[in-house]
Amino acid sequence: MMDWNFLTDVFQQLLTGLPLTLQLSAMALAVGFALSILVAAAAGSSFRLFRWIGNAHIELFRGTPLLVQIFLIYYGLGQIPGLRQSFLWPFLREPYWCAVLALALNTSAYTAEIIRGALQAVPLGEIEAGRSCGMSGLLLRRRVVWPIAVRQGLAVYGSEVILMLKATSLASIITLTEVTGIAYKLISSSYRVMEVFAVTGALYLTLTFLISLAFSVIESRLNKHLAYRRN
Amino acid sequence: MSVAVNESSARATAIATQGLRKSYGEIEVLKGIDFTAREGEVVSILGASGSGKSTFLRCLNLLELPSAGSLDVFGERVKLKKGASDAHIADRKQVDRLRTQVAMVFQNFCLWSHMTVLENLMEAPVHVQGRKKAEVRDEALSILERVGLTHRADAYPAQLSGGQQQRAAIARALVMKPRVLLFDEPTSALDPELVGEVLKVMRDLATEGRTMLIVTHEMAFARDVSNRILFLDQGRIEAQGQPQQLFAGGVNERFDQFVRRFNESAAH
Repeated sequence: MMDWNFLTDVFQQLLTGLPLTLQLSAMALAVGFALSILVAAAAGSSFRLFRWIGNAHIELFRGTPLLVQIFLIYYGLGQIPGLRQSFLWPFLREPYWCAVLALALNTSAYTAEIIRGALQAVPLGEIEAGRSCGMSGLLLRRRVVWPIAVRQGLAVYGSEVILMLKATSLASIITLTEVTGIAYKLISSSYRVMEVFAVTGALYLTLTFLISLAFSVIESRLNKHLAYRRN
Repeated sequence: MSVAVNESSARATAIATQGLRKSYGEIEVLKGIDFTAREGEVVSILGASGSGKSTFLRCLNLLELPSAGSLDVFGERVKLKKGASDAHIADRKQVDRLRTQVAMVFQNFCLWSHMTVLENLMEAPVHVQGRKKAEVRDEALSILERVGLTHRADAYPAQLSGGQQQRAAIARALVMKPRVLLFDEPTSALDPELVGEVLKVMRDLATEGRTMLIVTHEMAFARDVSNRILFLDQGRIEAQGQPQQLFAGGVNERFDQFVRRFNESAAH
C-alpha cells in the first residue's frame, strides 16, 4: 500500500535541497535582523523624517505579498536602466541574492514591529527605578531595558524564524533548488503529487519543530526568574 | 511616642524647592511649592489623592520635570532648560550624579525582574557608582540581614511576597549609601499584614537619623515617626508643622477635615 521505497527515495532527494533552504533562511534572518534594528530605530526616532521612512518601510514590506516582492526584485530590478552597469548587478542578477534580499526586507518589517512591541512591554516602573539610581543612556538600556525586552520578544521572534524558514519555499519560483524546488522537479518527473508533497511537508515540519524546541530551551533558561515559587 | 531627633536648625539643607510648578497640559497639579528639607529630618507628606504629593516627590529626583520653579539638591542648583511646556534636563551628568545620592522607594517596588535580590542590590553601586564588586556584595549582604532577607538573597522578585519585595527595594536604596531617601507610598500596594514589616524597617532608618521624605497614608506612622508633616491640598502646601501640633487639631481646618475623613473610612 505505502510505497516506502519511493517515499525514502523522495526524502533523500529532498535532503539535497536542505543546505540551500538553511542558507537562505540564515542569511535572510541575519541581514533582516540587522536591518530591522535600523528600521525600528528610525520608526521610533524623534525626527519626523526618520519616523516616516521607518513606518513606510514597515507598511510596504508587511503589506505586499512576499511572492510579489520576490518577482519585483528578480524580474523587475533588471529593467531599471542604470542598475545593470552598477556594482550591484553581479549580486542582483543571481536568484540567490534576490531571494535573500526579498526575504531579508520582509522579515525586517515584521521584526521591527516585534522590537517595538518588546520595548513597549518593558515595565515603566523598572525603567524609572533604573533612572532613579542614576542610570541613563546606554547603561540603562544595556542593563535594564534590553534584557527585559529580549525576554518579552523572544517567543514572537521564534514564530518569525519559523515563518522565514517556510518562506524560503517561495524561492523555488525563481529557479532556486531548495527543498520545494526539488519537490516540484520530482512531481513533474513522477506525477505522484500526494506522496511527494506529504514528504516535503513532513521535512519542513521536522525543521520547524526543531526551531520551536530550540526557542523553548532558550526561553526557559532566560525566564527562570518567572518560576512562581514562594516560601 | 515620637522619635527623639536633634532639632538643631544649623543642619545643612538637603533638598529645597522654590516656586515649583507642574502642569500636565491644561491641568496644573503643583501650584508653586516652596519647601526645604534639612539633613536628618523625617518629613511625611500627606494629602488626598490628586493633591500632588506623589508628583511633588517625583519632581525631587526629576522623574517628573517641573513646568516652573527651581530645585536645589545638597546646595547645588539643578540645571534645567525651559521647554515648550516643561523644563528639560540641561545637564544629564549632574542629574545622574545627584540621583545616586537621592534614592527612591516606589509604591510598586519596581525591582528588576530578571535579576535576583542580591543582583538587584549590587547593580547600581557596581555599574553606576563604580564600586568594587566584593565590597558591594558584603555591604548588600549585611543590609539584607538588616531587613531580614538573607535567606532570599538568591530569589527572584516574582518569588517574593509584597512585603519582602518592598524590603528588598528599601535594601536596594540603602546599598547606594544615599544622603536622602524618598518613599512614594511605600506601603500602599501591600496587604495589611505585610505593612508592619516594612514600617518597622522605615522606623529603624528614621531612628538612625537618615533624611527621609515619605508620601504616605499611614497616619500613625506619620504622627509617631516624623519630625515634620507636610500637608498638600490641591497642589499647594496647606499646612506644615510638627506632628504633635497638627494632629492635636485646631491648627488647620482642611487638615483636620482630612484626618477626620481618613479616620471615618478607616473605622469601616
